[in-house]
Amino acid sequence: MTSVIPPVPDTVPSDGKLRGREATSAVRRAFSSPIASAVIIVISVLWTIPTLGLFINSFRSKEDAATTGWWEFFVHPSFSLSGYEQVLTGSGGLALPLVNSLAITIPATIIPIFIASMAAYSLAWLRFRGSDAIFFLIFALQIIPLQMALVPLQQYYVRGLQIGGVTVLPSPGVNGTLAQIWLTHTMFSLPLAIFLLHNFIAQIPVSLIEAARVDGANALRIFRSIVLPLSMPAIASFGIFQFLWVWNDLLVAKTFGSTDPAQQPVTARMQSLTGSYGAHLELLAPAGFITIVVPLIVFLALQRYFASGLLAGSVKG
Amino acid sequence: MSVSSVSGLLTDATPVGQAVSTLLGVVFVVAGFVAILGVVFLVAGRVTGRLQKPVAVVICLGPALFLLLLGLIIPAIVTFNNSLKNQQFLGQLVTKYVGLKNYAFAFTDPYTLGSIFRTLLWLIIVPTLTVAVGLSAALLLNRMKHTAVPKTLIFLPTAISFVGASVIWGYVYSYVTPSLPQTGLLSAVVMKLGWSNPPNWLITSPINTFLLMVIMIWIQAGFAMVVLGAALKSIPDEIIESARLEGADGWRLFRSIEIPMIRNTVVVVLTTVMITTLKVFDIVYTVTNGNYDTDVLARQMYADMFTTSQVSRGSALAVIIFIVVLPLMFYNIRQLRRERSER
Repeated sequence: MTSVIPPVPDTVPSDGKLRGREATSAVRRAFSSPIASAVIIVISVLWTIPTLGLFINSFRSKEDAATTGWWEFFVHPSFSLSGYEQVLTGSGGLALPLVNSLAITIPATIIPIFIASMAAYSLAWLRFRGSDAIFFLIFALQIIPLQMALVPLQQYYVRGLQIGGVTVLPSPGVNGTLAQIWLTHTMFSLPLAIFLLHNFIAQIPVSLIEAARVDGANALRIFRSIVLPLSMPAIASFGIFQFLWVWNDLLVAKTFGSTDPAQQPVTARMQSLTGSYGAHLELLAPAGFITIVVPLIVFLALQRYFASGLLAGSVKG
Repeated sequence: MSVSSVSGLLTDATPVGQAVSTLLGVVFVVAGFVAILGVVFLVAGRVTGRLQKPVAVVICLGPALFLLLLGLIIPAIVTFNNSLKNQQFLGQLVTKYVGLKNYAFAFTDPYTLGSIFRTLLWLIIVPTLTVAVGLSAALLLNRMKHTAVPKTLIFLPTAISFVGASVIWGYVYSYVTPSLPQTGLLSAVVMKLGWSNPPNWLITSPINTFLLMVIMIWIQAGFAMVVLGAALKSIPDEIIESARLEGADGWRLFRSIEIPMIRNTVVVVLTTVMITTLKVFDIVYTVTNGNYDTDVLARQMYADMFTTSQVSRGSALAVIIFIVVLPLMFYNIRQLRRERSER
């Protein structure tokens, strides 16, 4: 797209108008005005200050954090790690919830990737009568609010699927385990995942698929040896997207997760702590920072893929 | 499948032991899942001839359709059914149909009407301001050099959970008696500006609702910026150049070339943020738990279902949310169909 650069004339035409690259850079100059820069700086600063406040408060001493604003740090710096120590080592703290968050997030990211990419592949390349209708149905399912599925799903996990008192499908026997959370996240992620991956997979050149077919590869082999490797960029970006989504989720964790602090993920634990730390407000900042630090690291390291994942879905190329 | 059976073998009373066994269980499950897939592919790969394609379709599409049926379609129907009953608590056996009574209640009960009104406010204000901020940032950054740092800073909140964001903004909105040193940034700033007696922000209605919306906008604006920024980038340079040669610049270039060319993307971002806004309950739940006149449908629905034992009333609210978004979805689908037929 942008790599197509029109030929640049050797000299500026006599009419005095700019062409080609020069015109582009003239446009660029016109918008790099000081006002534009100032506006961007203001937005960036406004968007950063709240997080910076939490970060600074998280390692100020107990008394300072409780009695003065975090900006006083610049005038009267104080430094203490006791908050972090207490939050991580104290019982009911965040050490085990961090492990639980990992244990929830990893399978709940990997499993949907496989199921969704297979579905997206079959909808894009194994066309059959009704496959378009199925694709639009799946796309439309994004609209069902999560909350609409909570009560029936919970009843299904407990006693299976019953219609008119007859058990049509037995309970999967995962009630009270992490598997219940993986399964729920997988189900809820599928409409978006299939949609995003379909957009990417459908763009694979026909010639590649045809060549493999001519070589005698069957449909499943084509998926494994051509579609899957070529889709890695889209899979990576959806994977990061899903990782952040699951890590940051509160609703599913609250509804299907345990109430035992040792088995909760960080978001659920943190949410209870905002209430119970009432008497220990100084612990809220380190706990809050621990809650956000893993997604922040993932984000900063991989933001390029994250962005392209968002784009695959909603932008026309 | 279940971790408990794996961790049961390794159970250790110490936290370290518990952590290790949890993670081992995860590795075991993921490896098992991939292994099962491998075996299925191996076996099904032996099918040849006319059955080959149907078998591949069933294997590839089957699991997804099964999970969608089980996790979304059937539950949605059950919830709709529940909304016509008088079920109060989970697992209640004897219930009867009461017609549209729960809906009548939702639209006459003053508390619920308040939630509906505030939900509509969220739906109008949050997506509009999110797109406004995101689009401004994208337009300005599109023509700048050195954009990496501001882009990252604005995009960063997208990675933060609503719970984390609530804690972060708690430090902005916290209230201390005006005579003492302030710990909340907002109070400190307005006092510097001359408002000597600011309110206790989060318990003062209606301003608290708007302050909660700010958290949502703060999280979502980066998403809008990135998606709109990419749409701007995809406008061919030639179009911008020729518009420029025609004498369009600055504001006119934005208005008559760039905005129309990304209009579809703007609408998609608007509807996406709307849907997120409608479903979000974390912020209200964590910050005020719906108190002080901040409740919205999504939180009230959760409370009805799991806290106050009003399952059917909660289900009716879920259906109302569903109906509100339906037209948005129709629009999005139509848009998508059009794009597909253009390809």
